[in-house]
Amino acid sequence: MADTGTAPGQQTSVFVDFATSPAQYKHWRLDIDGRVARLSLDVQEDQPLVPGYELKLNSYDLGVDIELYDAVQRLRFEHPEVGAVIVTSAKDRVFCAGANIKMLGQSGHGFKVNFCKFTNETRSSMEDASAYSGQTYICAINGPAAGGGYELALACDHILLIDDGSSTVSLPELPLLAVLPGTGGLTRLVDKRGVRHDHADFLCTTSEGIRGNRALEWRLVDQISPRSAFDQAVVDRASETAQKSDRPTSARGIELTPLKRHINGDQVRYENVTIDLDRELGVANILVAGPTEAPPGDLAGIHAAGDKFWPLALARQLDDAILHLRLNETEAGTWVFRTQGDNSLVAAFDDALLQHASDWLVREIILYLKRTLKRLDVSSRSLVTLIEPGSCFTGTLLELALAADRCYMLGGNFEDDHSFPDATVRLTGMNFGPLPMVNGITRLEGRFLGRPEAIDAIREKTGTGLDAQAALDLGLVTFIPDDIDWADEVRLALEERASFSPDALTGMEASLRFGGPETMESKIFGRLSAWQNWIFQRPNASGEQGALRLYGTGAKTHFDKGRV
Amino acid sequence: MTVEHSNIDYSERIPNNVGLAGNRRLQRALESWQPNYIKWWQDLGPDGSTGFDVYLRTAISVERDGWANFGFVKMPDYRWGIFLAKPDLDRKIAFGDHLGEPAWQEVPGEYRAPLRRLIVTQGDTEPASVEQQRHLGVTCPSLYDLRNLFQINVEEGRHLWAMVYLLHAYFGRDGREEAEMLLERHSGDADKPRILGAFNEPTPDWLSYYMFTYFTDRDGKFQLAALAESAFDPLARTCQFMLTEEAHHMFVGETGIMRVVQRTCEVMEEVRSDDSKAVREGGAIDLETLQKYINLHYSVSVDLFGQEISSNAATYFNSGLKGRYLESRLDDDHRLTDSLWPVHLVIDGSIVLQDRPALNAVNERLRDDYIKDSQRGVDRWNAVLDSHGVEFRFTLPHRFFNRNIGTSAGISVTPQGAVIPEAEWNAKRGDWLPTGTDQAFIGALMNRVTEPGKIAAWIAPPVRGIDGKPWDYEYVRFN
Repeated sequence: MADTGTAPGQQTSVFVDFATSPAQYKHWRLDIDGRVARLSLDVQEDQPLVPGYELKLNSYDLGVDIELYDAVQRLRFEHPEVGAVIVTSAKDRVFCAGANIKMLGQSGHGFKVNFCKFTNETRSSMEDASAYSGQTYICAINGPAAGGGYELALACDHILLIDDGSSTVSLPELPLLAVLPGTGGLTRLVDKRGVRHDHADFLCTTSEGIRGNRALEWRLVDQISPRSAFDQAVVDRASETAQKSDRPTSARGIELTPLKRHINGDQVRYENVTIDLDRELGVANILVAGPTEAPPGDLAGIHAAGDKFWPLALARQLDDAILHLRLNETEAGTWVFRTQGDNSLVAAFDDALLQHASDWLVREIILYLKRTLKRLDVSSRSLVTLIEPGSCFTGTLLELALAADRCYMLGGNFEDDHSFPDATVRLTGMNFGPLPMVNGITRLEGRFLGRPEAIDAIREKTGTGLDAQAALDLGLVTFIPDDIDWADEVRLALEERASFSPDALTGMEASLRFGGPETMESKIFGRLSAWQNWIFQRPNASGEQGALRLYGTGAKTHFDKGRV
Repeated sequence: MTVEHSNIDYSERIPNNVGLAGNRRLQRALESWQPNYIKWWQDLGPDGSTGFDVYLRTAISVERDGWANFGFVKMPDYRWGIFLAKPDLDRKIAFGDHLGEPAWQEVPGEYRAPLRRLIVTQGDTEPASVEQQRHLGVTCPSLYDLRNLFQINVEEGRHLWAMVYLLHAYFGRDGREEAEMLLERHSGDADKPRILGAFNEPTPDWLSYYMFTYFTDRDGKFQLAALAESAFDPLARTCQFMLTEEAHHMFVGETGIMRVVQRTCEVMEEVRSDDSKAVREGGAIDLETLQKYINLHYSVSVDLFGQEISSNAATYFNSGLKGRYLESRLDDDHRLTDSLWPVHLVIDGSIVLQDRPALNAVNERLRDDYIKDSQRGVDRWNAVLDSHGVEFRFTLPHRFFNRNIGTSAGISVTPQGAVIPEAEWNAKRGDWLPTGTDQAFIGALMNRVTEPGKIAAWIAPPVRGIDGKPWDYEYVRFN
């Protein structure tokens, strides 16, 4: 259960389920017209995820954003024909007022952070679609867009603002709430849109925002249009954009069928992923099953397999597992990954993906694997990978080991159990480019910063089964205890991990995982989130007399004026 | 040798008590704005009225007799002045977090954005009503009424000036931009409509006009009264002076409807029937139709007070930006941090009265005051009915009837306050609100009468004229 809040009298925990489908949407409407899709926000005020607040003025909570994420995913897989997506509001004269303030005010810190992380990931996934999927997002701002509302627009490729003399774009978080726009707004203004920092400063301190011409001149939007011509301008822009898409016009999408997930006490079971929770130790043991048969021989076979195609099935299950553990199992601080299967079969699937990478569906699957692994990287959990006989840490799955803060590989075999041959790991083309982290480089590049020769040496071993010693020599694993030491080494590592401060671990891991360059995405998940989470914790924002708590009551916040 | 900065005599052209002649920054701002304003007046002010000589009241000072100087004026030459009520040098803030502190003579940086928003929202309504009423001159029932229409129009124009003055004088470049936008948005404009919904609805006939000036201008009265309490002293003093003029607008509405009722009673006597068909055939407006117009204009105006529970309203009050009606006469702590106020709400489809934090309920409290105040004119119209021995009585519909804002939006409530299924409400809509047929009937009555001493058949003449003149005085000369 997600611990959502601490306000007196409020329900403090709720089970958050990320599974939904368009037929179940309460807050979004998805319409498809040929090459153009339209996502219309029409938030039901009286349908919040957790009781205690009303979703006025198209403001959103996690429930609203879960639907958005689902829609973005389905558009990619179920609608190959769609080349442009319009994001707009179905309400008259209001676009979106951003994240609901009452919800933030009553939520506990952990829930707020989880909420922000998920919304950030969803916006990144929209940008990923615009950049790599040929599905470009266009925002049609048909009324005031405040805070997270404007940040939603910023995640789109093109922003059209209605020029009606009153609709503005604004980021009023700082003046009104004493926090930051937490969904990438600040970073996207300067990094993505090239807004001058002095102009951005003015915008972010002016609660009512900026409209019309000035918004255009300052690059806050890409286009303005009078009310009477607005709808046409949106449609024109979307059609033009869709024309440029490389997505096929007549291909058939594949259906994302409901995920089969069984939760039974301490076990969560999907088809290819099983989670066993050790609540006492604070560990989630995650076992990933490799494929059990060879991939389809051709592209048509992959399409026919649809969401049963192993890499896609895996991505969906892993994605849901990560989200579930993050929200609903906050005290499982260490995630321990194991795999089970045949290295050759995993390699065969990787090869199939790479061979057909230009196909729209295969491209989507690779992009989805990329995003899922990114979600893993930015999770605030200690990641440990255990490589044992019978495992299949090959290619895509080897990324789990490379992502981990620690990776243990059994040297040799278990003395009293020879069911499987000695463990080996294997590299495939998937390890050298298609699956970068949020900082734009591969996990191997991040591991060997400034040492291209180390990566070259590893690349030479592509396709070869590497035993523990070889893996250690190449720098792919951390330690290779043998059978005598294995159980104790692993136990001690996990117990020690559990004894540390979770906060300090999160900070340390996040700092160490992303060496090397920065990207807009890494800045959003790193710097911006860190600042925001610090501000969230400070009394000026969330103390009893803090701005978040007092917002809406009319009472005035008296800030501690000391600069820290 | 002194250099003369300007040959314009500002106190003559723009009567004012804000030291305009000595404030070059303000002069420059207003000079560039004024041509646009005159152009707006020519384009969207009273239709075809440029050459008329109109017997108008012009405010030239805030002294006792200064606000009412009568004389014939061509409207584009009307001297739109800028007046603030006399300053009270010791004025203290009367409510909210800053209670007891000296009133602000400058805008505190902290409240710059919300204050500007309040002023722009208020200012936007002033030219809006001029735009809404611009074609009414063509169908005026008498010269007296035509003159009153023009008087209200120029005063709404002056109120716009007053708000523009504040924007120019206290809000820098953004204020000037907002002032320009006040002339760029237009009532009912497809591209740039006015900010508030009610100000984008047409005022197609004189009955609607009287209803508007009675009910919708009364919203203005309460908004101005709440702003007249503001800790920002120039805003407070501006609104205090505007209230004097606003009272006249409501007088036009109240007496206008009263004269319609009077005429209807007379016709009922003439045709010896209270049947609406007979009354209509007798050339007057039947009481049922009048009630429907009351229902419409009252419900639209009640919407203007906003959400029942409002965090913006709470912030405005606590910050000292906008008070309650007659704040200083209220007997409480003027902070509202711990007090409650009973609020009508729709919860799970039922109407309930619940105590809510008073700070969040200040909108609702203003609406309560408005409802009470609106009843007074209704009582006077009923007194006319009573004096003619007519049993029919006008009533105000329930506060949740025909609402689009607040917890009752989307709920179907009868004028009596019963929640009923939407289909049933829609079926009865024509019994409660003007139908197309009603509007066509009213429209057909609207014929221009401009001969002194003559008046349209559907309305009685006023009891007295303007400024001691008889009612049949030639108040407008068409030249």
